[in-house]
Amino acid sequence: MPSSEDWINNPLGVVDGIFAQSKLSPEWERKVLEYFKEKLKLNDAKSWVPSLNDVPLHYLKPNSLVKFRCMVQDMFDPEFFMGAYETVDPSTNSKELRCGKYKDVTDCGQVDFNSRNIVTSERQTFYCVPIPGESQWVKESYACSSQARVVPSTSYTPHRHKRSYEEDDDMDMPHQKESSSGPQNLPDPRRNVDSKRLETEAPCQNASSSHCSSNLDLNFPLPGERGPACLVKVYEEWDSFRLNDMLEVFGVLSVDPALSFIADDKEVSSLLDPTDTMETAEEQRAHSPPASLVPRLHVLYAQPLQHNNPLLPSAISEDKAFLSGFLSELNSVRGELLTYLTHVLLGDALAAEYLILHLISSVYARRDVLPLGKFTLNISGCPHNSSYTEQLCQIIQHLMPSSYRLCMSLHNMNNLPMVPRKDYTANRLVGGILQLASNTSLFLDETQLEQGQLDATGVRNITALGNLISWQKVDYDFSYHQMEFPCNINVLIASEGRSLLPCDSQVHLRPTVSPPNVEEYLKAIQLAQLPSHLNKYRVYLTVARLLDYSISEQVTKAVEEDFVEMRKDNPQSISAEDLHRMLVVARLLSLSYGQTTLSRDGWIKAKQLEMVRTSRTQQQECVNGNEP
Amino acid sequence: MSSPSSSARKRVRSTASEDPLTPRPHGAQESSTGELQPLPTSPGTDLQSLAPQDTSLFSSPVPRRSVSQSEVDASSPLIYDTPSRGTPARQRPDLGSVRKAPQVDLCSEPVSGKAAGQNAGQKLVIWGTDVNVGTCKEKFQRFLQQFIDPTSREGENVSLDLNEPLYMQKLDEISVVGEPVLNVNCGHVQAFDADLYRQLICYPQEVIPTFDMAVNELFFDRFPDSILEHQIQVRPYSALKTRNMRSLNPEDIDQLITISGMVIRTSQLIPEMQEAFFRCQVCAFSTQVEVDRGRIAEPAVCRNCNTTHSMALVHNRSVFSDKQMIKLQESPEDMPAGQTPHTTVVYAHNDLVDKVQPGDRVNITGIYRAAPMRVNPRQSQVKSVYRTHFDAIHFRKTDERRLHGLDEENEQRLFTEERVATLRELAAKPDVYERLSSALAPSIYEHEDIKKGILLQLFGGTRKDFSQTGRGNFRAEINILLCGDPGTSKSQLLQYVFNLVPRGQYTSGKGSSAVGLTAYVTKDPETRQLVLQTGALVLSDNGICCIDEFDKMSDNTRSVLHEVMEQQTLSIAKAGIICQLNARTSILAAANPLPHTLLSRFDLIFLMLDPQDEAYDRRLAHHLVALYYQSEEQVEEEYLDMAVLKDYIAYARTCVSPRLSEEASQALIEAYVDMRKIGSGRGMVSAYPRQLESLIRLAEAHAKVRFSDKVETIDNECAFIKPRWQYLNM
Repeated sequence: MPSSEDWINNPLGVVDGIFAQSKLSPEWERKVLEYFKEKLKLNDAKSWVPSLNDVPLHYLKPNSLVKFRCMVQDMFDPEFFMGAYETVDPSTNSKELRCGKYKDVTDCGQVDFNSRNIVTSERQTFYCVPIPGESQWVKESYACSSQARVVPSTSYTPHRHKRSYEEDDDMDMPHQKESSSGPQNLPDPRRNVDSKRLETEAPCQNASSSHCSSNLDLNFPLPGERGPACLVKVYEEWDSFRLNDMLEVFGVLSVDPALSFIADDKEVSSLLDPTDTMETAEEQRAHSPPASLVPRLHVLYAQPLQHNNPLLPSAISEDKAFLSGFLSELNSVRGELLTYLTHVLLGDALAAEYLILHLISSVYARRDVLPLGKFTLNISGCPHNSSYTEQLCQIIQHLMPSSYRLCMSLHNMNNLPMVPRKDYTANRLVGGILQLASNTSLFLDETQLEQGQLDATGVRNITALGNLISWQKVDYDFSYHQMEFPCNINVLIASEGRSLLPCDSQVHLRPTVSPPNVEEYLKAIQLAQLPSHLNKYRVYLTVARLLDYSISEQVTKAVEEDFVEMRKDNPQSISAEDLHRMLVVARLLSLSYGQTTLSRDGWIKAKQLEMVRTSRTQQQECVNGNEP
Repeated sequence: MSSPSSSARKRVRSTASEDPLTPRPHGAQESSTGELQPLPTSPGTDLQSLAPQDTSLFSSPVPRRSVSQSEVDASSPLIYDTPSRGTPARQRPDLGSVRKAPQVDLCSEPVSGKAAGQNAGQKLVIWGTDVNVGTCKEKFQRFLQQFIDPTSREGENVSLDLNEPLYMQKLDEISVVGEPVLNVNCGHVQAFDADLYRQLICYPQEVIPTFDMAVNELFFDRFPDSILEHQIQVRPYSALKTRNMRSLNPEDIDQLITISGMVIRTSQLIPEMQEAFFRCQVCAFSTQVEVDRGRIAEPAVCRNCNTTHSMALVHNRSVFSDKQMIKLQESPEDMPAGQTPHTTVVYAHNDLVDKVQPGDRVNITGIYRAAPMRVNPRQSQVKSVYRTHFDAIHFRKTDERRLHGLDEENEQRLFTEERVATLRELAAKPDVYERLSSALAPSIYEHEDIKKGILLQLFGGTRKDFSQTGRGNFRAEINILLCGDPGTSKSQLLQYVFNLVPRGQYTSGKGSSAVGLTAYVTKDPETRQLVLQTGALVLSDNGICCIDEFDKMSDNTRSVLHEVMEQQTLSIAKAGIICQLNARTSILAAANPLPHTLLSRFDLIFLMLDPQDEAYDRRLAHHLVALYYQSEEQVEEEYLDMAVLKDYIAYARTCVSPRLSEEASQALIEAYVDMRKIGSGRGMVSAYPRQLESLIRLAEAHAKVRFSDKVETIDNECAFIKPRWQYLNM
């Protein structure tokens, strides 16, 4: 694929070429976009492009085409830049028109600011982070499927001296190293050379790098996250992007050390540029972090991700062949998954059934304030004093593309930043745990909650969790006001008794097996699952969630009849709220069997399932009522 | 010396000798090409920033410099003292380096040779613009002398006679008060002379000084003995090009723009050098150099003794002006869903410094600027990004008026004429009341009465001010309590209302203490400064405060609501701060069992019960199932758009203030007497004056729903809705 080399290794050359041909006609911008769109359309062209997610930054060639799988964490202010400008060669006094798009810094030569040919354009900057809570298997799977040839250059480029600097940061922030230790096509000797260099150069660089990393907060919403953050510059239709969108962006990587100079050399630059002093140091740090840590990416092509499952084609609804192929074996996969989850839930098949429904739930629409399709599940009766919940969460992490376990300990509730808030000094949105991309699994471990005092933060956090569950929205704190951001997060609550948070459905765990050592029991179950099986479950859960669904006129009538009948016998037996829930259960149950319409059968099944569950809950309440 | 340069300049000076726009000499500064120049986008600065030696107008830099040196004295500030008799002019850093703009004689410019037939005075335009100083000045003076706005609704004009020229009265005011600032509404300029307005918007940097000149001439003609601190400065505001921050684009650079937003941060005061004072170390000869765009052109040679590099800057004799950086954030109402607000930097100069505080909602009129950024001073590379900011000329706080009890939305929510037409059309429909109430929270089934009640709450009564007769304000807000079984979608209704109104707050009785509901005082750990932070009730001033789980609220907290719900104020005495805040909120509360206090302060109390009959069940089931199978489009067809509803309410709240008609008041009195009678038969009081007030409020609200300025009997009937005081026996 020799031709691919060009547009991957030197996309700016392509852009400049098209720009030069266009002779100032505005057409060229569209042509550039089309060119790259066409190139990326070729069967597996996308996998040739190296990804920032799995290749460490210093192995990527500056100004080459890279891709990044990310979530929009913050949106900065739009910026005006020189879309086209003229340079003057001081020796010959000849002028040349250049293109400033997809670049951070002007090319060599004196810029003629008085030229009439300067075109001012506008672009938008998004601060993007890797998708929060992305499971390890997703990362690995993406990295394996990558066909990008990352050959670290051996020539000593001007950017080379930056490398030791970055490696130093790696040492300070072990996560960078780890993230890079995934499967790569990197020759091993290379690594050794690097580490040697690191050893020799480390002492002299220590001071500056430790200073740098301690001050730089990459602002990941979840604690303990790793991976590169990136300033993504969007040139087209930035209004269509939303906060917390999952994106796959293809763009020109810019790590020009000149960009970070501002942060380092602040005193010098502020002397000469009076406007610099107006920004606080925090703001500069947040908005122009060192390019070696937060690279810039100039977007040539961006694609919102419908899901983040590497095992599925990215545009699943268009790939009919894949879909129909999988639908044929869907029911058997469901059966196997149910057995697996039943084992995991200590032999409780009902809980396993509900867990599947929960895992494939998703907010598919909103009616004014009411989110439809959410299905928050509370699994009560979880054994306390054991690592059961932790392992349960791990199992879910192995199934879902992204998830996070939040221990609701008193300390965490009182201290963790959950709601994202605007930091006006740094002028950025400081992430909180609840800033998650769509369809992330949030596992709330209420068994960790003990008695004690909740302080103001704690109350706010509990309220935020309650709002998230009831309305699928998070009110971000903008200090002078709050701003509501809708979200789509699957909340699963594990608790001993009934959860203190509101939830759509509660199942009390009723174990049929009582292994002496729960931990080992669960481990054994997990080991028994073949990777190929796990992959099937993963595909199943994503496909079932993305299926369309409808209710026919006929069934609607039947459901209405049913409701009226039930109310006739005993008005207390079913309320409007119960009907709401039953409709959601019916929907999810049908989808879990791959059925895209509600059948009479499906409705009856859903009703029965609900009946079993409520009777169990009532029994449980009786038991509890007798206790005190 | 027969270069076109000198001749052009001479002609300028001869026709407009008292003109502050006469080019000031600054030879050495302009020779530094390649240095940062202002952004050359608009034609204005584009031409202006061309260094003169690049053009054919000026032959070479050398003779030009000699010309400018000889002109130094003539262009000293004294020259424009002529009209103002000794009142010093004050520099306007908000306009940038205005006086640099050279004038061009159109005759000598081949491109615009069309103008050749006119007389010499009119052919002069400021470089890069089509502004002729003389004409512009004349036009503006005519505007000042003649403009009358009989329909003015602005609060600040209350003391003025609307049938006299508005701005002449303002000049009178200046002579009395002595504040040398003239605020000019751009809308007025546009109404008077559209062309002048266009010039003002496109070339503010050139036109505003011309306005200054005009106004000063006029003023000192009228009040020759007046003594002002400095010359009058014109501050235009409400440029009709009022922009949402999001819609700013490169075309707006260097134009006069009004944007609205919220102040989120203000910097410390920054002294900015305006004129640098240099003294020769050898012969003590001193000279002043004006600072041009942040750069000081240090004289290399002493003009007196010709020693090179002998001039030293004397700081305490240099002239400084105040400057402050203000960060402005887009107002939450302007934002598209799912995006974060944008921010803009605003520089305030001189007396505009410290005019606004973080948290203020303001409209800022100013000039939008952009300047390129340099990566590293030692490199020739330039970061291809511009820094943008506003130079503020005028601030207008939009929430200031809340203090005076005026509805702030008056001016803020400007509806297009088409929108008003659609709304009026809707209002004319006989079933508008039903239509609107069914559009409210369509996902919630039935409860039509409650929706109607809430609708009336959203519109509110008419605000009446009896403070002069000692009775204070009458509450116009309608408070509603929803009581009912759990699971009857009370919370959902509250959420809906909270999402519908612009200034709504949602709290839960469980989580909120009295403090969170009202206001609390915190101490800033750094500055040790006490800060008053307002809670839900104060924040929802002029809005609706939704309180869920009202019954779970502590008695203490609930008692705070007494004052709010009747007096519509909130008194705070904490940590040495005693104050009374406005809290004119309507309260929409939901409770499970009934709380017994506070009941009489609710205008409407609704019981939300499960009716338990088959027909109802059937309709309910149908409604719910439909929620799940209808597509978005179907739903939209069926119900009124939420945006329309929002606009409808906003329009009615601001533009309609109904009064009771004779008939209607009679009917109300009768109804009240009837109600009293019912009770008196059983020896108990069944109606209180408070309830009569309630009735009036509800009737007024209903009239608002119809966009009617009169409360008529039809409103009474609806005002009683069905509930007839759905009181339980208390």
